Amino acid sequence: MLLKLSKNFEPDAFEELLFVHNDPAKADRVWKGLQKKLDGKWMRMFYCTFLSEQPEAYVSLFEFTCYLFLNEKGAEQNYGNEHVLAIAQTARKVEREKHRMEAFIRFKHAADGMFYCGIDPDFNVIPLIMKHFKDRYADQKWLIYDLKRHYGIFYDLENVEEVYLTEEDQQRLNGLSKELVAEKEGMYADLWVNYFKSTNIVARKNMKLHTRHVPKRYWKYLTEKQGN
Amino acid sequence: MSERIREKLNILADAAKYDVSCSSSGGTRKNDNKGIGNSHTSGICHTYTEDGRCVSLLKILLTNHCIFDCAFCVSRKSNDIERAAFTVEEVVSLTMNFYRRNYIEGLFLSSGIFKNADFTMERLLRVVKKLRLEERFNGYIHLKTIPGASEDMIMEAGLYADRMSINLEMPTESGLKLLAPEKSHGDVIKPLGFVQNQIIRLKDEKKLIKSVPKFVPAGQSTQMVIGATPETDKEIMQTAASFYKDFSLKRVYYSGYIPISNDNRLPMIGTQPPLIRENRLYQTDWLMRFYGFHVNELLNDANPHLDIDIDPKLSWALRNLQFFPVDINVAAYKMILRIPGIGVTSAQKIIQARKFGKLRIDQLKKIGVAYNRAKFFIKCADTPYQLKDYQNTQIKSFILADSQSKYIKNDVQQLVMF
Repeated sequence: MLLKLSKNFEPDAFEELLFVHNDPAKADRVWKGLQKKLDGKWMRMFYCTFLSEQPEAYVSLFEFTCYLFLNEKGAEQNYGNEHVLAIAQTARKVEREKHRMEAFIRFKHAADGMFYCGIDPDFNVIPLIMKHFKDRYADQKWLIYDLKRHYGIFYDLENVEEVYLTEEDQQRLNGLSKELVAEKEGMYADLWVNYFKSTNIVARKNMKLHTRHVPKRYWKYLTEKQGN
Repeated sequence: MSERIREKLNILADAAKYDVSCSSSGGTRKNDNKGIGNSHTSGICHTYTEDGRCVSLLKILLTNHCIFDCAFCVSRKSNDIERAAFTVEEVVSLTMNFYRRNYIEGLFLSSGIFKNADFTMERLLRVVKKLRLEERFNGYIHLKTIPGASEDMIMEAGLYADRMSINLEMPTESGLKLLAPEKSHGDVIKPLGFVQNQIIRLKDEKKLIKSVPKFVPAGQSTQMVIGATPETDKEIMQTAASFYKDFSLKRVYYSGYIPISNDNRLPMIGTQPPLIRENRLYQTDWLMRFYGFHVNELLNDANPHLDIDIDPKLSWALRNLQFFPVDINVAAYKMILRIPGIGVTSAQKIIQARKFGKLRIDQLKKIGVAYNRAKFFIKCADTPYQLKDYQNTQIKSFILADSQSKYIKNDVQQLVMF
């Protein structure tokens, strides 16, 4: 049996088909059931795996849920079970992407005082990074926008709210042309690039290690990697 | 104005880069005054330089003017280099502006000694106070303890810094005397001990009084330069082990010496820094801190140096084949940790998973065990029966043939044909 989202569905002549309707009340019941079986750490792993948006991950979540309800409490520790392991490993990938966003986001200071960054992470990690940025940057307005999933989070010095930009606004922010950028933005970006070069030890150059830590697909975010 | 700041930043970041510590972990500071910044428990590496080292903090010297003439140091008095000094305001404004753009986790501030220790420490103190009190900055601050500074001043600095450190520089007293006759390990031990005692004292007080201020919440660290003087790995790691024990250090850093001087007491300019050796020392450090090894098991009179071609855990296992094979379905956690090819995460998963049935090879591989390495040292549910035991030299050659060292690849030069 295979569980698929309707957007990923391709008809297969030899399989029987069953359409599962979304029912928040039933979903809530399953979620509560899971909470009885799993501790906070595992609930988060479950949620992270969901945010991975991987078609295989949805199957693992379904199989894992069945497995949990069929077994005694504590069954989630069975790393010999393929679904348990798949969830642990997928959740880890999602947490890594979350951590990378916390590390690689580079805010640009806009002329109106807001700090902005556009991202397109491998997984849908915005719900996971929200708290980190809210706690840390409590005295500045900021906006983080997922350009791939077309939504973002905006902090107005009090609360964080979900925002949706028009295509036009997105492009404007992404380019952040000269007149939109704060006066000293260019100077600090330039100082940062200089710092990045000065703090490198040429005698120890190791590009393989460098790209392992900062894979090339993230370079577009990084102020210090522009102009390379 | 920005041109001059850029010059200073280049000079003072360049001079600070030989201090390898860049950790921003262990802090507990929260942003509860609606200011800016907080500590992230595990720290965040915001980028990596082309040499593969992490950049987490803005690491700079306040000045590279120095009254000392330590042969291993690029800022030594007799070295003919460009000198510069930041003002307190400049450091604060760089830190704040980098932090607000999410470039860094905080500030690592060190300094050459100008005039005297107290004068230098006082300047450092002004920077951190301005950041904490005026800018309401709660990000990470790693501050150098200046040897010889007064205890009052060190005490005050500890109230604002998250981590403090002071470098041993050379692993042995004799090595230090050779290259920096004006210094001694005693100069380092005294302030390390003082800060350590204050941490303990305030922790005890906290049990009684709730409002005790934070004092160096991320603890202390130190650094040793490797390969400038002829110490053995055994001497280096025994020094490290005793400092971990005596001063509850969070980290000891090992910095492969990069030749920066024509001094004939030191390796020549152009000599390759000892990168593999440095890596092996860090592996040993990890085995001591997270794998339950005692330093004497890894390094002793019979084995004063670490193997270069294999890692210290494999090296220990090959010398102690009497403990193997380990049956991973029954062995204790601390023995599983000692198996080459199994790390902390895999070991923990094994302990949990085996409650549900005997583990097989394919499950171990999926859990993340490096099976091609571990297979010589373990038994599991479907391990094939083997007639003869291998010698340690045979196992070593099997593993070496099977793995590709990252260093060998770096060393072999591509042949140029045309």
